[in-house]
Amino acid sequence: MTATPKIALSGVHKSFGPKHILQGLDLTIAKGSSLVVIGGSGTGKSVMLKCILGLLRPDSGSIKVDGQEVTTASRSERKKILEKFGMLFQGAALFDSLPVWENVAFGLIQGKGLNKKDAKEIAVEKLRRVGLRPDVANLSPAELSGGMQKRVGLARAIAAEPEIIFFDEPTTGLDPIMADVINDLIVECVKDLGATTLSITHDMASARKIADRVAMLYEGKIIWEGSKETIDTSGNEYVDQFIHGRAHGPIEMQILKS
Amino acid sequence: MYNPLAIVGSVFLASLAEVGRVFSFAAHAVSHLVRPPIYWRIILKQMWLIGYNSLPVVGLTALFTGAALAQQIYVGGSRFNAENVVPGVVVIAIVRELGPVLGGLMVAGRVSSAMAAELGTMRVTEQIDALVTLSTDPFKYLITPRLMAAVITLPMLVLIANIIGIMGGYVIGTERLGLNAGNYLQVTYDYLEKADVYSSLVKAAVFGFIIALMGSYHGYISRGGAQGVGKATTNAVVSAFIVILLANLIITVIVFGGKG
Repeated sequence: MTATPKIALSGVHKSFGPKHILQGLDLTIAKGSSLVVIGGSGTGKSVMLKCILGLLRPDSGSIKVDGQEVTTASRSERKKILEKFGMLFQGAALFDSLPVWENVAFGLIQGKGLNKKDAKEIAVEKLRRVGLRPDVANLSPAELSGGMQKRVGLARAIAAEPEIIFFDEPTTGLDPIMADVINDLIVECVKDLGATTLSITHDMASARKIADRVAMLYEGKIIWEGSKETIDTSGNEYVDQFIHGRAHGPIEMQILKS
Repeated sequence: MYNPLAIVGSVFLASLAEVGRVFSFAAHAVSHLVRPPIYWRIILKQMWLIGYNSLPVVGLTALFTGAALAQQIYVGGSRFNAENVVPGVVVIAIVRELGPVLGGLMVAGRVSSAMAAELGTMRVTEQIDALVTLSTDPFKYLITPRLMAAVITLPMLVLIANIIGIMGGYVIGTERLGLNAGNYLQVTYDYLEKADVYSSLVKAAVFGFIIALMGSYHGYISRGGAQGVGKATTNAVVSAFIVILLANLIITVIVFGGKG
């Protein structure tokens, strides 16, 4: 071990009732790298993100951010850890009671105590960064299209210049062109900030564009991990089936057996 | 298979667990009252939503109830040639029971449901999770301000409801039943006691807490999309109604517990 990884999960288990979602998940993300976790629906990708953020408490295992244990952190320690994070949610999760600019500036005003005037300036600048004109700032999120909402969500995620950014299905529900626009924005913004990122997706085009490394989650465990270039030659039949989107293969057989 | 005792037992245990969860939810929310920051702007906004917007429905409820009450007491009283008890009984009934209880129930119908729907939607669209990733405690930002606003606002609303309720009785009494106007007001004043007004306001504050607690709790824990939010809304209103009526009974027995 040369350097402390930015995020390290080991042996993480999480169940909901009889459903064993995470079954001993191990994952490390190096500082400044971009890891994309691929996997089908219901394999525990979102649960993994929520465990790292402390929104869910894992049943067992260890989750470390910059070497600091998250699962046993006190309330104030956890608050400190969370300040390192930004997240783009699947449905953007914009606050519909607030105008666009207040959404983008939310973490700056509430979290960092910035005054409204400065926060609005930063918000407008971040909106410009994601390709939205300043007049969008005063609209309500409900007036925006899905692609614009995603862009506002991205602006909100990068507004406080976090060290770590999570992307939860960043391209789901967008047309292929808008999806590519979002992918480009993600790559650019991450490069600007030098942030470490963890994305979950089942969109292979998106994964290929934003990843340095790719890991595949299946039945609550990471079954393969490698650099983006090696994904087509992984030699792992689960990965092959997933990236080519075949209905038949080992994954279906598992479903039939259970 | 269907052991009735087992069913009773498991229902009892489940409701006990639910009561425990509600209490710990409430304790968590109240604990944020003494931990800054306190979001005054949101409290004021909620006071406006809860208080001002409830004025018409609470006012009309009180007006019609006071008027109907006066009519009934007059009919009952006239059998003993005791028509003059109308103002006294109206003021006691409105201030002690009907003002706070009917006001509380009407506001619960409006506000608990709206809170549950709003917070439930925020939950299922991940807006509550988003707050956490923006360094904001969802309890402090969403729940505590709603509880505070309701506890402050309900006594004001009930005070107004009490006045309008008495006015309702006065209008029917003097315009329709032929009671003397000056005498009506004098008797009302004589029967109006400070202790009754205080108990009315205490009840209102307690009901306000229950309204916001049930609305926030059911919204906050809701899951499962639109259907989950719908269920949360129903649960919020039904539980707010029942807990308000139960709390009213408890306060009434404590305050007016004497048999004489």
